[in-house]
Amino acid sequence: MKTTLKYALLLVGAAIFAYPFLWMMAGSLRPETEITRLSLWSKDFTIHSYETVLTKVPIGRAFLNSIVVSLSVTASVVLFGSMVGYALAKLRFAGSRALYLLILFTMMIPFQIVLIPQYILMVKLGLTDTYVALIAPTMMSAFSIVLFRQFFMAVPQALIDSARVDGCGEFTILFRLIWPLSRPVMVTVAVLTFMTSWNEVLWPLMVVRDRALMTMPQIVTLFSIGGEAESQLGSLLAAATLLSMPVIIAYSFFQRFFIESMATTGIKG
Amino acid sequence: MNRRASGIQPKRRGDRSAFWLVAPYVLFFCTFVAYPLAFSLLLVFHRWNIVTPMEWIGLKNFTRLIGDPLFFTSLFNTLVFLGIHIPLQIVVALGFSLLLNSRIRGRGFFRALYFLPVVVSGVAVTILWQQLYSYDYGVLNSLLRLVGLPPVPWLIDSGVAMPSIAIMATWKNVGIYIVLFLVGLQNIPHELYEAASIDGAKPYRQFLHITFPMLNPTIIVIVVLSTIGGFSLFIEPYVLTGGGPMQSTLSGMLYIYNQAFYFGHMGYAATLGFVYALVILTIVLVQRKVIEREPVT
Repeated sequence: MKTTLKYALLLVGAAIFAYPFLWMMAGSLRPETEITRLSLWSKDFTIHSYETVLTKVPIGRAFLNSIVVSLSVTASVVLFGSMVGYALAKLRFAGSRALYLLILFTMMIPFQIVLIPQYILMVKLGLTDTYVALIAPTMMSAFSIVLFRQFFMAVPQALIDSARVDGCGEFTILFRLIWPLSRPVMVTVAVLTFMTSWNEVLWPLMVVRDRALMTMPQIVTLFSIGGEAESQLGSLLAAATLLSMPVIIAYSFFQRFFIESMATTGIKG
Repeated sequence: MNRRASGIQPKRRGDRSAFWLVAPYVLFFCTFVAYPLAFSLLLVFHRWNIVTPMEWIGLKNFTRLIGDPLFFTSLFNTLVFLGIHIPLQIVVALGFSLLLNSRIRGRGFFRALYFLPVVVSGVAVTILWQQLYSYDYGVLNSLLRLVGLPPVPWLIDSGVAMPSIAIMATWKNVGIYIVLFLVGLQNIPHELYEAASIDGAKPYRQFLHITFPMLNPTIIVIVVLSTIGGFSLFIEPYVLTGGGPMQSTLSGMLYIYNQAFYFGHMGYAATLGFVYALVILTIVLVQRKVIEREPVT
C-alpha cells in the first residue's frame, strides 16, 4: 500500500516534468486552432509552424553558430583548464600558491560586476559581432581548473616521476600520460561547459546584433519577443522545440554524464 | 612534500614548463577578470555612453542609486523570487529525493525525467511556460477550470507574476537539487538509522534528528546556488513579461541590462552591477553563517 502511494507520487512527478515538453512538441505540430487543447493528439498534424520559423529566421545558421561557439569554448576550457590544473597539482613553481588563491577568488566574483566592463572591452577592441566576442570571455574557467586540480592530485607522483626520468617534458606528460587517465573529469568539465555555453543567451544579446552571427537561443529569444512570430503560438512552440531538441537528444544518450557532472557542482558551494 | 620530484627535476626547468602551462590563463585572467574589475571601479565614478568621452561625476552614480526607486523595486522583486523559490525548491527536491532514495524500481528513469528541464535552454522553457501560463487558453488555467476552480492571472497580475516566475524556475532547476540531495542522503551512515531503530525512534523522528541535520551541508549549497541563480534572473522576465506588469518582475540583471542597452548609461549600469555584487556576497555570507550555526542534534 505504501509502495503504491510512492509510485503514484513518482508518476505524478513524471507527468509534471514530462507533459509540458510533450505538449510543446505536440503543439508545434498541430494546426493553430488546436494548440491550446490539453490533449496531445491531433488528426491533422502539420509542419506548417516549422515552415514559418524556417522562413522568418536563419535558424539553421544560428544552429551552426551555436555549435561553433560551444565546441570552441568547450575545447578551450578543457585544454587550458587541464594545463593549469596540472601545474597546480603536480608542479612546484614560484607563485603557485598565489595563483591558486587568485583562482578561488575568481570563482567568488559575481558576474554582475564584470559584465558591463567586459562588454565595453569588446566594443573598444572592435570585437562586437564576431565569434571572438562570443568565445573569448568564457575560454577558460576557474571552476574547471579547480576540478582538474582536484582530480590530478590523486594521480600517483611515482607515475609522473618515472616519465620524467624517461626524459618526458611536462606537456608530454600531461597530454600523453595524464589525459588518457582523466576521462571522468574531462567528461564532467566538457558536459557542464558545453551545456552552459549552448544555453547562454545574455552575453550574445549584448555583443551580437548581426543576425548572421546570432546563436540559437538568442535568435529564438528575439523571434519570440520581436514580433516575428506574429503571435502564432505554433511557430513559437516550433522555435522552442528546435532549440531544445539538440540538447534533449544529447541528454537521452548521455544522461548519466549530465547528471553526474551536475552532482559535482555541489562542491562549488 | 615531494623532495624526490625536485631532486630529479632541476628547479629551473620545472619553473619554465610551469610558466608555459599557466601563462595562457594568467593572460586570460588579466584581460577578462582583473581588467574588467579595475575598469568597473573606474566606471562607477563616471557618466558614459561609450560614444562620447567619459565624464567624472564623483559619487553621483551612488547617490542616484540610493534615490532610484527602480533599483529598490528590482531588489525587492529578487527577494520575493528567492523567498518563494528557495523554500519551494528545498521542499520539492527533498520530497522527490526521499522517494527516489527508497527501494523502488525505475529509479534511474524517474531521476532522468526530473532532471530533463535542467538541460533544456531557459529560453525554450520560458516560451513553453508562457503558453502554460496564458490567462485565457493556457494549460494551467484550463486544468483549473476542469476541476471547477477560477483561473489565476499568472502573468498579468503584478502580485502574482513574480511568484509565477519562481514556480517556473523551480520546475526548471529542481532536478539539480534532487540529485544533490540524493548524494547527501547516500552519504548518511546506515548505522545511525539502525541505532535509532533499536532505540525505538519513529520514522518521522529519524528524519528530524538524523536525515535533516545530516543534510545540512547540502542545504547550504542549495541555498547559496539558488541565491546566486536568483540574482542572475534575466531571460525569464525578459521573454515572459519584459519586467512587467508594473515593474513587478523587473529583476536586478534585467534592470542593469536596460540601463546599459536601452538608455546607454554605462556608468550607472556598472554601478548597479557593482552594488548588486556586494549585495550578493553579503547575502551569501550571512546565509552560510546562519545555516551553519543551526544546532546539529
